[in-house]
Amino acid sequence: MNDADKKRLLREMILYRRFEDRSFEAYMERKIGGFLHLYSGQEAVATGVLEMAVVGQGRKNDYVITGYRDHIHAIKTGTDPKAVMAELYGKETGCSKGRGGSMHIFDASQNFMGGYALVGQPFPLAAGLAMGAKHQKTGQIAICFLGDGANNQGTFHETMNMASIWNLPVLFVCENNQYAIGTRIDRSTAVTDQYKRVEAYAMKSSQHDGMDIDIVMAAARDAIDYVRKESKPYFIEFMTYRFRGHSMSDAKGYRTREEEAEWEKRDPIKIYSRRLVEQGIITPEDIKAMEKEVDDYIENEVIKFAEESPEPKVEELTRYVLDDNPDPRWIGPLQQ
Amino acid sequence: MAETAYWEAIRRAHDEEMANDELVIAMGEDIGVAGGTYKATLGLYDKYGEERVIDTPISENSYTGIGIGASMTGMRPIIEIMSINFALLALDTLINAAAKIRYMSGGQIACPIVMRTPGGTAHQLAAQHSARLARMFMSTSGLRVVTPRGPLDAYGMLKSAVRCNDPVIIIEHEQMYNLKEDIPDEEFFRPLEGAEVVREGSDITLIGYNFSVHLCLQAAKRLEGDGISAEVIDLRALKPIDRETIRRSVEKTHHVVVAEEDEAPVGVGAEIITGIIEDCFFALDSQPVRVHAADVPVPYNATLEKAAIPDANDVYQGALKALGKI
Repeated sequence: MNDADKKRLLREMILYRRFEDRSFEAYMERKIGGFLHLYSGQEAVATGVLEMAVVGQGRKNDYVITGYRDHIHAIKTGTDPKAVMAELYGKETGCSKGRGGSMHIFDASQNFMGGYALVGQPFPLAAGLAMGAKHQKTGQIAICFLGDGANNQGTFHETMNMASIWNLPVLFVCENNQYAIGTRIDRSTAVTDQYKRVEAYAMKSSQHDGMDIDIVMAAARDAIDYVRKESKPYFIEFMTYRFRGHSMSDAKGYRTREEEAEWEKRDPIKIYSRRLVEQGIITPEDIKAMEKEVDDYIENEVIKFAEESPEPKVEELTRYVLDDNPDPRWIGPLQQ
Repeated sequence: MAETAYWEAIRRAHDEEMANDELVIAMGEDIGVAGGTYKATLGLYDKYGEERVIDTPISENSYTGIGIGASMTGMRPIIEIMSINFALLALDTLINAAAKIRYMSGGQIACPIVMRTPGGTAHQLAAQHSARLARMFMSTSGLRVVTPRGPLDAYGMLKSAVRCNDPVIIIEHEQMYNLKEDIPDEEFFRPLEGAEVVREGSDITLIGYNFSVHLCLQAAKRLEGDGISAEVIDLRALKPIDRETIRRSVEKTHHVVVAEEDEAPVGVGAEIITGIIEDCFFALDSQPVRVHAADVPVPYNATLEKAAIPDANDVYQGALKALGKI
């Protein structure tokens, strides 16, 4: 990885942090409604893993799927941040035309396959995406990002089993931030090291520090290589932390200030910035300039686009339920 | 033309669609090596191999989810659920995901799956193997639901369902797999929308779907002996419902019976009759009648089971009631 790439990665994480922070502000201004789940603190996982995958290349991308904390996964996969913010604003120019909102970011043009509220769903959907890629011999893999809480869904067990027996090229990324909304993992889960649970399904797995993007990338590179070359599933667990609440309506009473402060010291942006400065790749002034440039971009391009975009038309409420251009040969009418 | 059993018709449709398109696969429990519980996939495993005819573990929710995920990449899975009772395990992935993904994504991503499952009573299979559930699937937006009454529609609608870009639920019936009918040798398709008048009549309209169409036809024959001309409509699709064909018939006959194997509450009859009231209330000369199952879990005992599930005599009695003759 050259210096330009490293600076790019730092800028990406700064962009993602600012995107989420700015979404928080927009929510408080009531520009964004419903549920909003922010990724702040976990940036190294999505950025590091997807950096090692095929992203930003449109339909050639690996298939990426995740739960409702999905803005950053979409952007790193290749979705335009303007389209994501417009979706949060519910506008017609949003990637899901305002029909999905924060939890249902979809971008078929970049193989970003959603955006789901039920955390158990992406497991089998990801395995299916992998099955589709394998069957069509495209060389793509599927990458599923879910939290520690999702591993207690029945679909986790069913899917790990099938992915294993059918040799499906899917990477399951467990973002273990140790809380399922307000329930700490040791209170809900018999085996707290998530990577151990897939041994029951004869699947390879490992656990790593998710706050250091260099560690994430090294681990992800090997895992993705394995999945792609062997056409076998892999379960990779990253220990990470969610700096904000589960969603906007979360008082976080279930975590201590001490614990939060400890994890904030391991802010992935701080860790990487310090390292790049120490290595002489960037100066603190460069970083300040980078932050300003990101702020300006978010404000003057991303937010501006979302603010100025049109609302969907009420007359189009019933579009997109079924195929809007059905083939009469299969659909009808019935010739009597 | 050749006399073909319902199961053979389904098998033939699988074979043709899989030969036609490499992206069509079949998934389900015991469909491969064992040839299918009802023989609907007999011989396909030997012909197409284990990558295309997939024996699944007992994991309805997730193997349906895998089929849905594969369909999002362009594959066309035909997913069998051995009995509609077990489909309840797959409702999250089917209703919360497949039925909603096109809409939530603003039209970007389709889930062109077919889910086939027998939904009806057989004999003394007891409560957990006797669910009908047509009324559950027809209440979900984003799905298509069809109910083939015989080999012609079993073949033709499965082929259409595979080609169609929407998620389609095909509700078959345990008691119909050996039902025989002449069907053309040449390839044909039957549309996924549109009710069919399977017997013309003028005095009363009998509406059925799936197995109950045959109960209506039997009742119609008996009514003919009483000098009553009954028109029988096969709904063919429960989602969307062809209200136009129903309206035309009721405007002609002025009396209607809906025969459903499901229980009554929030059911097929409730939906059809509400539609009739909305579309042609003043064409009715009497109250519509629902012939339906008792609102009980299905009992094992044969006599109790018979009492719980409607038969042709119940439809006949229902028609007499609608005509004010009893």
